[in-house]
Amino acid sequence: MRGFVIKEFFHIFRDYRSMLILFGMPVVQVLLFGFAITNEINDAEIAVLDYSKDNITQEITNKITSSGYFILNKNLEHEGQVAEEFRKGNIKEVIVFEDNFAKKLEKNHSAQIQILSDASDPNTANLLTSYTSGIIRNYQQQKFSEFSLPVEIKPESIMLYNPELKSVFMFVPGTITIILMLVSAMMTSISIAKEKEMGTMEVLLVSPLKPWQIIVGKVMPYVLLSFVNAITILLMGFFVFGMPVQGSVILLLLESLLFIVMALSLGIYISTVSSSQQIAMLLSMFALMLPTILLSGFIFPIENMPEILQWISHLMPSKWFIIIVKDIMLKGVGILYVWKETLIIILMTVFFIFLSVKKFKIRLE
Amino acid sequence: MEQRESIIEAINLTKKFGNFVANDNLNFMVGKGEIFGFLGANGAGKTTAIKILCGLSRPTSGNITVAGFDVYTEREKIKKNIGYMSQKFSLYEDLTVFENFRFYGGIYGLSKKEIRERTNYFLDKLGLMEYKDKVINELPLGWKQKLAFSLAILHKPRIVFLDEPTGGVDPITRRQFWDMIYEVANDGITVFVTTHYMDEAEYCGRVSIMVDGRIEALDTPETLKNKYEVDSMDGVFLKLARKG
Repeated sequence: MRGFVIKEFFHIFRDYRSMLILFGMPVVQVLLFGFAITNEINDAEIAVLDYSKDNITQEITNKITSSGYFILNKNLEHEGQVAEEFRKGNIKEVIVFEDNFAKKLEKNHSAQIQILSDASDPNTANLLTSYTSGIIRNYQQQKFSEFSLPVEIKPESIMLYNPELKSVFMFVPGTITIILMLVSAMMTSISIAKEKEMGTMEVLLVSPLKPWQIIVGKVMPYVLLSFVNAITILLMGFFVFGMPVQGSVILLLLESLLFIVMALSLGIYISTVSSSQQIAMLLSMFALMLPTILLSGFIFPIENMPEILQWISHLMPSKWFIIIVKDIMLKGVGILYVWKETLIIILMTVFFIFLSVKKFKIRLE
Repeated sequence: MEQRESIIEAINLTKKFGNFVANDNLNFMVGKGEIFGFLGANGAGKTTAIKILCGLSRPTSGNITVAGFDVYTEREKIKKNIGYMSQKFSLYEDLTVFENFRFYGGIYGLSKKEIRERTNYFLDKLGLMEYKDKVINELPLGWKQKLAFSLAILHKPRIVFLDEPTGGVDPITRRQFWDMIYEVANDGITVFVTTHYMDEAEYCGRVSIMVDGRIEALDTPETLKNKYEVDSMDGVFLKLARKG
């Protein structure tokens, strides 16, 4: 058994392509997704609709435009212009101050700012509004901290065109999911298909090794490597992009392990139905990677999909895993909040293992 | 014919896939240390039968024992006592010669010391000692074939199954390979070999010829040639195949 695992490591380390996929891929993907998203909020063009035009609204506007994230494109005069400006596509956000802003703050200790953003590009929209409200909160703290009574500026963000948009730091959970899926499912299915193609599988089956030993020996190295990858991505998310893990790291790693096992069982199943490495590769690509990327909610929000696709997305194990990772990383929740998703992944794992064992037996008979 | 102790016995071996009968009531017995040729055209049912004997596939009916063990209930014991070499030679191309030996030795539970000794023994005999740390895919096909055969008998099995072991190699290498087979048989290992090269059939102690899932003839090459009044095994095979 140990010899088996060692041999498998040799296979991986001697093939520069698999090394590239294993170790180059996660780094490149995290950097790519990370920077592609973060770059977009530099110099975002905005418009301001100021009904009040007093010194406080002016100060807030200055603070926002001097932050480096935003550039003031236009001052609007009336509400009718908002939709028009958005349609032109130059601006990404409109900030609306209600009338008598400063006076209301003084009298009622409360005033409203509306942040309208073009959420047809959901990631950017979400980033922009959270940055804007962050700046406003910051201003409020600096300006009114010495006041005895609490003063409240209420930023109200409205997502236009895509109201039910999801969280922003999608790329780390998403990349973990894709990488784990890729490494675990695709690499195992290819490596098992390779044994079949080279005829070595026959020899292994004739040997006294039991089928489960063959399978475990084959997948063990990938479990380890996937796990190393998951940790690498988390570390990169933390050090390069400052994305902390709010919840329990141990829970997150356990959930990752569960997802790895799920992906491996899927990979084993794929290898039982494919006769060559190419077929295994194509199957993993089209049956796993594309749906994982497109339907898991990683890039496109599930809420905006047609109903049929939403239903299909429920069948994607990656969708549930992304929810789990997001909840743990961003909301810092414990197992009590993600047990449903966890259970779904466990059931899927059992299902795929059951399927592949059945398929494996048929092949032997 | 000299009476030998039998090591493989098949009585009424039948394997059906749905309505298709791949092996139709095969009866044969292989003696200890014998070189038994299992001939037939592609699709005649050779591979199906060999899979059953190796414990990879379950027969539909019949009484079959391999190395004294029952193929229905004692597959694990059979697997410990047989070696198998497939037509693809089944070496790990990206591992070195020694790593292949170590791996196969490992899965048959040989100790490190045994693996080292046996590896050196085979490499010495093949004159490939200096290639011990070369990666397999840099070696010529003929060497791979010999290495694959050595691996199949690394754990000193009582029977070795060779599934078309000489495919794709040149006549001289094939001849050398048969020298190795003789040597192994002399050491008391039974050799069960399938081939469709009829000249190779002449080297076997006895041969069985399968046509459409049935054994049409089973005897020594000499007897068969006399019986069908031809001067080569090729002739025997053609006569049988036409009849079928």
